[in-house]
Amino acid sequence: MIRFSEVTKRYPRGHTALQDVSLFFGRGEFVFFTGASGAGKSTLLKHVYFAERPSSGEVRVGAHQSKSAGRRDVAMLRRKLGVIFQDFQLLEDRTAEANVAFALEVIGMPRAQIGPKVARALSQVGLASKGTAFPSQLSGGEQQRVAIARAIVNDPFVLIADEPTGNLDERATGAIFQLLRDINAAGTAVLMATHDLSIVRNASYRVVELADGRVAEDSSPTESVGSAALEAF
Amino acid sequence: MPPPPDDARAPRRPAGRSRLLSMLSVATIAFSLFAFGVFGLVAVNIRDALRQLEERVEIRVFLDDAMSSNGAVELMDRVKTIPEVARVDYVSREAALERAREELGEFEDVFEANFLPTSIEVHLREGARDPQTVRRIATGLEVEEGVEEVRFGEDWVQKLYDIRNLATIIGLILGAVSAAIAVIIIGATIRMTVLARQREIGIMRLVGATDWFIRRPFLLEGFTKGVAGGLLALAVTWATHLAVNEYVIRTVFFDWRLALAGVLGGAAIGFLGSLVSVGRHLREV
Repeated sequence: MIRFSEVTKRYPRGHTALQDVSLFFGRGEFVFFTGASGAGKSTLLKHVYFAERPSSGEVRVGAHQSKSAGRRDVAMLRRKLGVIFQDFQLLEDRTAEANVAFALEVIGMPRAQIGPKVARALSQVGLASKGTAFPSQLSGGEQQRVAIARAIVNDPFVLIADEPTGNLDERATGAIFQLLRDINAAGTAVLMATHDLSIVRNASYRVVELADGRVAEDSSPTESVGSAALEAF
Repeated sequence: MPPPPDDARAPRRPAGRSRLLSMLSVATIAFSLFAFGVFGLVAVNIRDALRQLEERVEIRVFLDDAMSSNGAVELMDRVKTIPEVARVDYVSREAALERAREELGEFEDVFEANFLPTSIEVHLREGARDPQTVRRIATGLEVEEGVEEVRFGEDWVQKLYDIRNLATIIGLILGAVSAAIAVIIIGATIRMTVLARQREIGIMRLVGATDWFIRRPFLLEGFTKGVAGGLLALAVTWATHLAVNEYVIRTVFFDWRLALAGVLGGAAIGFLGSLVSVGRHLREV
């Protein structure tokens, strides 16, 4: 479903962010990415939604290939996946509802379909009653829930979470992580970069540890588990 | 201490700020176009003044005393067939004397009845009043039978022509410079509005909006601002024209086609400026 083949990412000033990374992620997987700051976690995730392209090697996401994808392909790819960040990336001048609806408006979905989908996504993240609140009226955990609702409103096959709990206290962290587990249990793959090793230890998901842009450890590579069958998705 | 009002946690709505920014960019567009418009007005008026002067370019053909009035009529008919000639006037001795007395009133006594010769005045069409054409036609007339002398104020025609050329060249240069400045300022203004919505554009890209979808509102906005700025500039230029007309010197205004071109030019600059700014920005996110 998502395959990194010998991916190296070098920046113009000579810094190498990823070095010869080969990984495969199957449908419905939950994968943690760990490692020190600057180890390449965010860069790796950016390659999944084609915000970065490899300097050499290739990334395949579904039918999209990093070498050949044009700007329109990138837009189409992003409609099939969701992304959340440490800083939520919400529009401050719009309500929670409007922030979620925004993701559907910009892909040209008819208005009549947007309302029910937004309501469903907000109730999925436990914010059914806060749809009319503006981001500044919500706690950090609630803002991240809005961001998650926006990310899943279009039923993505994978949710990319780049340090989603980095700005949250322990309680909110636990709640957001539980939410991500629920989303994963419903069939959406989750790729999550995190510093928070306590979350990682308390779960039994696959862990990819990065160090200096290389894969230092991969707890349970699924490549061997019948990749042909997984590729079928 | 009373609790803070609910508003304290209410979101800062950037609507007011972005409206201010919109107004500022319309004003900037209007100001640049106004500067361009004032320059254009000066150019139009100089051209108009020169055209009025040019209308006075004429060739005066003095006729032989021996020439009969029939001969003069025949000559005039021949001259009228020259394509560059707009009009031919017959000036009798009496008329010439009359005119001279009018123009040089204090020397009235000096003139005697037969002092001035009969002449015809040849007026040329617009576009045929440059020194070469005037000289060519004058030379042609000199060899006509019954013509004693041909005058057309050669120095004056040449000087007028030089001034017109200089005015055109300076006009083109200043026009190009002020248009370029307008484009740069307007481009910068539009870029500012794009930057103000950088975050929104980033999120749009993230959730899979196509470039066209992102660009569309900016292009529409740029176009609308360009039209608004153009109309505002036109109004202010018109007011300036009226004021100058009233207090300084009689001036002409753009005809409606030029005015329309100015507004459409503003719209085009707004549209293209947005296209460039958004395009550049889209490559970055």
